[in-house]
Amino acid sequence: MSEARSQILGGIAKSLGRAPNEAQRAAARKRIADHARNLVPARTRLDHDAQVRLFEQMALEVSATIHRLPGLEAVPDAVADYLAGLNLPAELRIAPDPTLDAIPWDRRPTLTITRGRARDADAVSLTGAFAGIAETGTLMLVSGAERPTTLNFLPDTHIVVLNKDQVVGTYEDAWDRLRAQTDRFEGGVPRTMNMITGPSRTGDIEQTIQLGAHGPRRLHILLVEG
Amino acid sequence: MVEMRTRPRVGLFVTCLVDLFRPTVGFAAVKLLEDAGCTVEVPRAQTCCGQPAYNSGDRKTAQDLARQVIAAFEGFDYVVVPSGSCGGMIRKHYPTLLADDAAWAHRAQHFSARTYELVSFLVDVLGVTSVDARYDDTVTYHDSCSGLRELGIKAQPRQLLGSVQGLTIKELPGAEVCCGFGGTFCVKYSDVSNHMVEDKAAAIQGTGAGTVLAGDVGCLLNMAGKLKRQGSAVKVRHVAEVLSGLAGETPPIGDTVG
Amino acid sequence: MHSTAHSFPENARRALEDETLQYMLRKSGTGFQEKRARAAERLPEFEALRDQGRDIKNHVLENLDVYLEMFEAKVTEQGGHVHWCRTAQEARDAILGICQKAGAKTVTKGKSMIAEEIAVNDYLEEHGLIPIETDLGEYIIQLRKEPPSHIIAPAFHVSKEQVADAFRAAHTDLPPERSLEEPRELITEARLMLRRRFLEADVGITGANFLVAETGSTIIVTNEGNGDLTQTLPKVHVVICSIDKVIPTLEDVSTLLRLLARSATGQEFSAYTTFSTGPRRPGDLDGPEEFHVVLLDNGRSALLGTEFQDVLRCIRCGACMNHCPVYGAVGGHAYGWVYPGPIGAVLDPALIGIREAGHLPNASTFCGRCEAVCPMRIPLPKMMRHWREKEFEEKLQPATMRRGLGLWAWFAKRPALYHAAAKMAAGTLRRFSGAKGRLGSLPLPMLRGWTEHRDLPAPEGRTFQELWAERRGGK
Repeated sequence: MSEARSQILGGIAKSLGRAPNEAQRAAARKRIADHARNLVPARTRLDHDAQVRLFEQMALEVSATIHRLPGLEAVPDAVADYLAGLNLPAELRIAPDPTLDAIPWDRRPTLTITRGRARDADAVSLTGAFAGIAETGTLMLVSGAERPTTLNFLPDTHIVVLNKDQVVGTYEDAWDRLRAQTDRFEGGVPRTMNMITGPSRTGDIEQTIQLGAHGPRRLHILLVEG
Repeated sequence: MVEMRTRPRVGLFVTCLVDLFRPTVGFAAVKLLEDAGCTVEVPRAQTCCGQPAYNSGDRKTAQDLARQVIAAFEGFDYVVVPSGSCGGMIRKHYPTLLADDAAWAHRAQHFSARTYELVSFLVDVLGVTSVDARYDDTVTYHDSCSGLRELGIKAQPRQLLGSVQGLTIKELPGAEVCCGFGGTFCVKYSDVSNHMVEDKAAAIQGTGAGTVLAGDVGCLLNMAGKLKRQGSAVKVRHVAEVLSGLAGETPPIGDTVG
Repeated sequence: MHSTAHSFPENARRALEDETLQYMLRKSGTGFQEKRARAAERLPEFEALRDQGRDIKNHVLENLDVYLEMFEAKVTEQGGHVHWCRTAQEARDAILGICQKAGAKTVTKGKSMIAEEIAVNDYLEEHGLIPIETDLGEYIIQLRKEPPSHIIAPAFHVSKEQVADAFRAAHTDLPPERSLEEPRELITEARLMLRRRFLEADVGITGANFLVAETGSTIIVTNEGNGDLTQTLPKVHVVICSIDKVIPTLEDVSTLLRLLARSATGQEFSAYTTFSTGPRRPGDLDGPEEFHVVLLDNGRSALLGTEFQDVLRCIRCGACMNHCPVYGAVGGHAYGWVYPGPIGAVLDPALIGIREAGHLPNASTFCGRCEAVCPMRIPLPKMMRHWREKEFEEKLQPATMRRGLGLWAWFAKRPALYHAAAKMAAGTLRRFSGAKGRLGSLPLPMLRGWTEHRDLPAPEGRTFQELWAERRGGK
């Protein structure tokens, strides 16, 4: 293996007509350390409220659904009503995420809540998010001990609790927030970062778009203002 | 707009297809240029721009022909070409073709910078906005690929056609889709080429237009050949024939008088 | 993957006669083109982003070894393993080795063109493993035992009736009288059948649209979510990708991501863009326990420093083939190897040789639409021409063609003789076409391809040079 490695790297150097030198390595390290932004589209140069409205508009375009709530205390009713409206059983698999702890689930005692990673039989999951990116109505979710990734993909319905403050303009804004928390992620990035833009879909059957290919068929965002 | 101290001295690059198949296009180009205030000469030492060799991978022949063309057209204010593909060859490809030739690199650059496709020259350089011609028919226009994508020719022919009396333009669906000519492609991959020109012919006939126009004789021979094989009465002409008013002097491509 | 690229003309003929394929191609029509155009129009910065995307990749290619080393260091730091593979065989062996070490039986796969390139499925099957494609399009063609025909929509050529047939033949547990008329029904069935596979898989193999040197991440861009289930559920996640995929920073990859979905499907962003970095972390409730990145060269390092270097900027969006009139006429299988369309016309000869794939760069009119829409501004026609130059130098073109062009070139360099010959040709063709104004057939074999399908319009009879000399004294 290391022979293959040196041959490949050597082959690259030979083709480019130079051996990599320290100046080149330093320049590459600097580019990475600077992580300068390239051109960022102007569409999100708005005040925060307008960014939140843009986030909503873009998310609705890709068939997510959104419900604005005044605070976390409104979540149980919103979820119970949402599930009832779709004739889904009142069962919810939740991420053991401390940011969701303040939700007063006992307000709707008919909701059965369990916490943990997703299992095959879990039809509905509820998670938080790391950020909401207004540019394209994208939710950014990151994995962790309290945020199992399977909740984002196995169940048929995925409910995301997103606080208004978590909405940023662009992907670059989200990276800045991520880097600001590097010690939370032990110096690196999380194991999995999911940028989710609407529910799962496919156009593979005669180019007609169908939702719910393998991932969730429904993506429901609870946008909490308080 | 060009500064005109005197009448611009234009060298006409005829193109091998116009020379062989459709001299009327050459005379139409001359008339349009003279009407617009140019003097026109036709250097005898020209044959071909070299594109067939270039696109077949024979770089050396292409370079030889490029030098021949540049030498033949030394001294003109402008070189004008009634073809988007030959015009594109000269404008876009001559500089790279001769970039490594110390003696010719600069000459090629200057030459290319002075070379224009006909309709683009009239509109973009001379500022012509209308022509004095009559053509009573509905026409549809095919955008030849090189003219469109290498030389930006799109609005200019439509603008001038809009000034032709009696003429109505019906836009061609898929006007920008290749007709399937592609030089040797049409004989080497004739089945695929046929499929493409069948689509083009169907689109042309679907417009109900009586005439189809384009700026390249290669495309026109291809489209006319297909339309005539299908028994279509659609008339096929080079756009210069209509703009110059010379359309009456010769039958459409692939048709005969009477 | 086994190549039939040398048979392109026959493949094309069959494709043109294939009614289902032609129906699917016509049905798709200008759909992808319109979607891309709308997405590009909607983003005012789109053209500027194309320039930046090109510049980012050019920078990477000039420093490819440096960024690959940095990527590897980060992957290792996060607990992953990088396997360097010079050839398809080394990559197959690396993947098989990982699977065997994990005691794997079932392997789920996300869509990966590199996996096609190295034909890993066949290899795994030969060694007793069961690879299951999970991208719906790939699953369909796996059942039909055929290669993908498009790099984004692998089952582009398959009608819904053909999908239903494939499902009925393969999903024998299900009640045979069930309805499979509508796309919705087909997708529900695929979801049901593949879900089991996701859950029982021992190893998940995905490709990677990009690798991020800054973080040691691999990125997959999907709409279905199959790639995510493939990598999250099994114990082992294997990423297979080529060395040209590395990008320096998260910011750089954001620029490229802005271009990718818009160019491919006209979406603003795909449903799932996932960054994977190493195996699961302590305390994680899910995620793979092992993370492997298999890096494949397979001829790419040799393209650096050559006139084909720019092809390594490709981000696999498929825009070129969506806009190519030749692809639109014959579909992807006619090209005969992994990469169809304009990108295939440049890349396939580089990877499997110009002798095998020589037809591909020739089967183009150089209409230029591919280059016009390529988000990375790859000069595809220019590189196809370079392949034709190589063929000319190595005398790979048919002798009749070489002789014909050679003869024509001889005349073209001698204007006086050329004019005389043209004068003769114009007059002769005119006479042969008689009263009709066109010729229905020509004696020259090389030109039979023309008159098989078209008439040849008659020339006016005299050349322009002749007439100019008469009318204007030849000045």
